[in-house]
Amino acid sequence: MTALHLVFLIPLLGAAGIALAGKWPNLREGVTLTTAVVLFGTVLQLLGPVQAGQQPALSLFEFLPGLSIAFRVEPLGMLFGLIASGLWIVNSVYSIGYMRGNDEKNQTRFYVCFALSLAAALAIAFAANLLTLFLFYEVLTLLTYPLVTHAGTDKARAGGRTYLGILMGTSILFLLPAVIYVWHVTGTTDFTAGGTLPDGMDSGAVAVLLALFMFGIGKAALMPFHRWLPAAMVAPTPVSALLHAVAVVKAGVFSVVKVVVYVFGLDALAGATDWLVAISGFTIVAASVVALHADNLKRRLAYSTVSQLSYIVLAAALIAPLSIVGAALHIATHAFAKITLFFTAGAIYTAAHKTEVSQLDGIGRRMPWTMAAFTIGALSLIGIPPLAGFVSKWFILTSAAEGGHFLAVAVLILSTLLNAAYFLPIVHAAYFKPLSAEDEHHPHGEAPLPMLLALLTTAAGTIALFFYSTPLLRLVQPLAAT
Amino acid sequence: MGLTAHLPALQVVLPLLAAPLAVLLRHGGFAFGLVTACAWAAFAAAIGLWLQVGALEGGTISYHIGNWAPPWGIEYRVDRLTSFVLLLVSGTAAIVLPWSRASIEREIPADLHYLYFAMFGLCLAGLLGITITGDAFNIFVFLEISSLSTYVLIALGRDRRALAASYRYLIMGTIGATFFVIGIGFLYLMTGTLNLADMAERLRGVENSPPVLAALAFITVGVSLKLALFPLHQWLPNAYTYAPSAVTAFLAATATKVSVYVLIRFWFSVFGESLIFEKLPLPQILLLLSLAAMFAASFTAIFQDNLKRLFAYSSVGQIGYITLGMSFDSVNGLDAAILHLFNHGITKAAIFLLIGGMVIGLARPGAVLPAPTFDRLAGLSQRMPLTCFGIVIAGLSLIGVPGTAGFISKWHLILAAMEKGQFWIVGAILLSSLLAIAYVWRFVEVVYFKPAPEGATKQEAPLSMLIPAWLLVIGTIWFGLDTSFTVGTATEAAMQLVKIGK
Repeated sequence: MTALHLVFLIPLLGAAGIALAGKWPNLREGVTLTTAVVLFGTVLQLLGPVQAGQQPALSLFEFLPGLSIAFRVEPLGMLFGLIASGLWIVNSVYSIGYMRGNDEKNQTRFYVCFALSLAAALAIAFAANLLTLFLFYEVLTLLTYPLVTHAGTDKARAGGRTYLGILMGTSILFLLPAVIYVWHVTGTTDFTAGGTLPDGMDSGAVAVLLALFMFGIGKAALMPFHRWLPAAMVAPTPVSALLHAVAVVKAGVFSVVKVVVYVFGLDALAGATDWLVAISGFTIVAASVVALHADNLKRRLAYSTVSQLSYIVLAAALIAPLSIVGAALHIATHAFAKITLFFTAGAIYTAAHKTEVSQLDGIGRRMPWTMAAFTIGALSLIGIPPLAGFVSKWFILTSAAEGGHFLAVAVLILSTLLNAAYFLPIVHAAYFKPLSAEDEHHPHGEAPLPMLLALLTTAAGTIALFFYSTPLLRLVQPLAAT
Repeated sequence: MGLTAHLPALQVVLPLLAAPLAVLLRHGGFAFGLVTACAWAAFAAAIGLWLQVGALEGGTISYHIGNWAPPWGIEYRVDRLTSFVLLLVSGTAAIVLPWSRASIEREIPADLHYLYFAMFGLCLAGLLGITITGDAFNIFVFLEISSLSTYVLIALGRDRRALAASYRYLIMGTIGATFFVIGIGFLYLMTGTLNLADMAERLRGVENSPPVLAALAFITVGVSLKLALFPLHQWLPNAYTYAPSAVTAFLAATATKVSVYVLIRFWFSVFGESLIFEKLPLPQILLLLSLAAMFAASFTAIFQDNLKRLFAYSSVGQIGYITLGMSFDSVNGLDAAILHLFNHGITKAAIFLLIGGMVIGLARPGAVLPAPTFDRLAGLSQRMPLTCFGIVIAGLSLIGVPGTAGFISKWHLILAAMEKGQFWIVGAILLSSLLAIAYVWRFVEVVYFKPAPEGATKQEAPLSMLIPAWLLVIGTIWFGLDTSFTVGTATEAAMQLVKIGK
């Protein structure tokens, strides 16, 4: 049994363990934490071989002759796998504080679905071909549906409808025919360095195929198929934090990068991506403007995510080796910053029962640690050194300038300003505005310790990634060579 | 000659003998044991035949009844497709029969139980006979055997509307059978033979004569009635809704599928592709009717209040995918049709079995079983978690979510459409899948989100019903991941058919 087998087996066994331990909450949470730690350790074991240039592989079922459910670990998937499994540990600590602090119902179902979702996310990360990726892409949608609708209210049901409708609708209408078309034309769906499409394929067909992929991967939240992400915010905050800032949305942009690099190949796309630059640029700006006007904190963060995801799509659309590296790095840096921000939003909700931005005046005095973490996350997303967001933005911006994509450069600069405009007022209000008269009478402190620990860890990670970006860079460097 | 050489005859004779014996026994328990044993024996025979045909590599088994050589005697003929359909029919019967013991306790008066089992045996024998025989008139005979027993089975339902539904099916089914036998008459007139293989030989050269074209029309319309091709499906929703649950499950998985098989057999093996696909606009007509079924029937399904009726309309829509595959005139298209015939069969059987269990769980002990209408299903997932979850998984297969059997057939169907360069059909297939999401999710939202009525306690269907149903549910996932059996057999069958037709 290889480490790759274990990567899928561990969360499945973990989920079974969680279900069995459902009646004893402490044991159940112990199982979750153990599973998360063991899983991260197992994923780490794959890192050595991948850095040495190997690609551990595993083949399960034969689906069609020559087409199997199969896995192969390459640098980009390794990066995504490390982030998802690593942050799951922190997120589990946070979940314990959040779910108990808010007396949520059906906690066993919550933890079971969470573990299974992680398994699906890792399967996407390590998928060796489009079919496997598509299979687990849909599985991830279905597994996260009960998490999104966790509350069981009418609002949750409506959110779940949008969530499922858009994600499943786009994947069936656009992604599935794209996958089948690739199989029809090339006779393979494997991810191969340099792409698999035949030389001299009709440029019109390439353009249509690219559009089918980009809009079919609804999890990348390219406009106009982004509405599911704000709708998913009805979920408990740990779900928004790990799944709708890291695992699910990153599965989307990861698939985008993967398809661009390993199915099309950068050369085949030359000249075919101008419209994608435009659409992703539009998404970046438009989503930021919506975020600017959103008063609900989680909603603001969600639109910020929509915007930041399009950074990665934009970087992929620039089809330069450097921009692909930037895209890969942004998957990591955005993950740390955004999970921190969601953690703080959940902490504020748990400690102060506040959900709106306009209620946050003076809260920095009550929750100094939380708001410090918030500031770090916000500054990283704006792209200020010495924080992780600066690194990936630098790569994307440089390659846009080098390639002469001035539209992209303009979008990135404008978006930086917009980021500052919707994050900094929150920081300002939290620290410098006085508490409202009503708040004076409702004293509260920081959120429960597990939550605080979790959000400080990811905030520290956001800083650390800036100083230790070299190992990351070395990991994803091979992408630029293909 | 050992027993294995007689498997083709045993396949039909065992259930056929079980039926009159069940009537003579006049005892529900004995009849149950006898018919179930025979169904399992038939299943074993089907597996044996599947293995035998597989070993022949593209050949067919020809079995001469009473040692009279064809074309004078009746021939049983087993090729890849035959063995695949035999497996589906006998396998479904083997699973539904043990399941139905607990179900008919509540649905059929005890003194009629023996009749239920006798009719089930007859119906099974008829369906297997239609599939295995290589003789045109023999098909008609078995068609009538299976139809007549089906009318009785539907009428056994406790709901009085079952009588009307059965009567309606009787009228429509009889018209279909009459059309079919008229078509056979014309063919006999022109060829002087009833053996299908012989008939195909002798038709070469006279294909364009009016009686042959008339025969083709009569047979196609007659069989289309039986397979519920849109808009000839009017009998199906009521029949499925009011029949006893076990009958619905068995019919949904087998009766329409066997009729599809007959159509494939006549189109590809008897008349030959050149006549059907080049000289006549039949594929175009079938294509349009299939698309109409996929959209109209699936759309109607969304607005049904009775769960059984909802999935009955879904069946009409899904049959559209099968006939769509047939209309492509390619190995891949036929492959997709044959695959979906099997995959949809097990998916629908699973759903109707689970609904059957659900109905029993919904009823108070001893009371008449209620109809599974949506207002009774609120919050049901808490009372019957396994039943509800099973229906959701099978529902995902209807949508065509990857990892389920339905995805495999959809993949092949889309591939076949692409191969033809018909990208608008690809779009139509995908759009109609969205309708399936709508009707499946209607169920999900009611059972998972609507609050359960006060005082409802957890009460699953009995295990004797859950286990067979879940076997099928696991089957829908299994055949969605490991497809070597289904795709392997369907592809070989399609290649064999297209080779015969050429």
